[in-house]
Amino acid sequence: MIARLLVAVLAVAALGAGESTRLTVTGSSTVAPLVTEIAKRFEARHPGVRIDVQTGGSSRGLADAESGVADIGMVSRALKPDEPVLAHTIARDGVCLIVHRSNPVVALSDQQVVAIYTGQVAGWKEVGGPDLPIVVVNKAEGRSTLEVFCGHFKLKNADIKAAVVIGDNEQGVKTVAGNPAAIGYVSIGTAESDAAVGVAIRLLPMGGIAPSVGNVRSGTFPLSRPLNLVTKGVPTGLAARFIAFATSDEVFDLVRDLNLVPIR
Amino acid sequence: MLALAAIPALLVVVIIAFVARASAPALADIGLLRLFSDPGWHPTADAFNLWPMLAGSLAVMALALALALPLGLGCAVCLRFFAPPPASRTLRLLLALAAGVPSVVYGLWGLSELVPLIARWRQPGASLLAGAVVLALMVLPTIALTAEAALAAVPATVLRGAAALGLSRWGTVVGVALPAARRGIMAGTVLAAARALGETMGLLMVCGNVVQVPGSVFDPVRTLAANIVLEMAYATGAHRGALAVSGLVLLALVLALLLLVEQAPRRAHG
Repeated sequence: MIARLLVAVLAVAALGAGESTRLTVTGSSTVAPLVTEIAKRFEARHPGVRIDVQTGGSSRGLADAESGVADIGMVSRALKPDEPVLAHTIARDGVCLIVHRSNPVVALSDQQVVAIYTGQVAGWKEVGGPDLPIVVVNKAEGRSTLEVFCGHFKLKNADIKAAVVIGDNEQGVKTVAGNPAAIGYVSIGTAESDAAVGVAIRLLPMGGIAPSVGNVRSGTFPLSRPLNLVTKGVPTGLAARFIAFATSDEVFDLVRDLNLVPIR
Repeated sequence: MLALAAIPALLVVVIIAFVARASAPALADIGLLRLFSDPGWHPTADAFNLWPMLAGSLAVMALALALALPLGLGCAVCLRFFAPPPASRTLRLLLALAAGVPSVVYGLWGLSELVPLIARWRQPGASLLAGAVVLALMVLPTIALTAEAALAAVPATVLRGAAALGLSRWGTVVGVALPAARRGIMAGTVLAAARALGETMGLLMVCGNVVQVPGSVFDPVRTLAANIVLEMAYATGAHRGALAVSGLVLLALVLALLLLVEQAPRRAHG
């Protein structure tokens, strides 16, 4: 108790020494849930600090960080070389295709996936599988997995001919596990841990690269993206301390809880 | 006492006001007409047709009631007139327990057992039928328990009178008890219908959630309530407003149901 009080007093003293106690973070709604959790833990450890997390998309995150409206921006993609901000990756997001374990199809090309999801290919036989119709499982509008999926395959959600629309990853896994004709896509973290405990799904490789958390972390898996905090120049003061905390292993449990992949 | 009674009523008014306020900007921007005439539901592409979801909600509710009403009534009649009292007490307890099972549990059962079963018959399995069966199981206890209570409220003198006139057990049940308990049974059914309209998690898991007006019971459907849960967390601007309007439409549906019962012709007991 006394130690805690002492820490609090020291913290307040440190903050009193000219450092701001408020931090504004804006941007991607994919990154926001993670940053909100990290901010809660940061606030609990640094009494008196308030971190305000607002969503509005990656482009707002970039614009706000650049103009100084926000101390830190949130961007759910890799930065382009001409974007004048500094990126600090706090996690990676990976998506993979899953089929029922009994499905003999071992891999699908990008063109085959597009044809299946747009309804041009309607039977597994056409892609070397069993004589079954393909049951396309899609995500509900707005989900970040849908965004990654559509972004990679250059699809618009309105073009996808789905038989089942799901909400969260776990529902997707259960839907595919219960249907030998289904194909779906979910967060790799969820799929990998479910397949490991014997759920009847199989993860499909993409472009010859095995779907694993390791390949998402290294950035080699095609359907993955970094979740970034961005700052205008090298961060200082409270922003620097928050970013150091958000990239430390003290928040990896929060990253995993949101089905994301920690950076180390 | 009056104040106590006013609290739930006030709560409802506050909720309606909240949903109405959240819907107001969308209603002003999009307009009521477009919510039923847009080319589809693609909120990120500025198309907001709620009709398929409204049809989905109504279809799932109607089919679920069609399944649950005969079963529930049969159950109530059996409990009241045929089962020996100890068995009847146990059954009532089990029904009350079933009424308290969280809907997610029914949904999980539906997703892992019922949907694969239907899929073996007709793909994709997640369908209007799966939703209706799960929902029927959820509202069955409500219908059975309220019908049983309504039957219990029929005066014993009426039943004895029927027996004295020489009516058989079945004749008494069908000709006297059920008609006399009609209003109570109807009230229970409306409660069940309102729950059916609002039910979310259980249906979200088994209905398939494709935005379309179902052509058969094997087609996937999305209900209004499921639509709100699926998209609310990620919705901004007009999209969010359109979801609030779905909530308002749901409230209006329940209100219409209640008014329908209020308007039903009252029939004196006995």
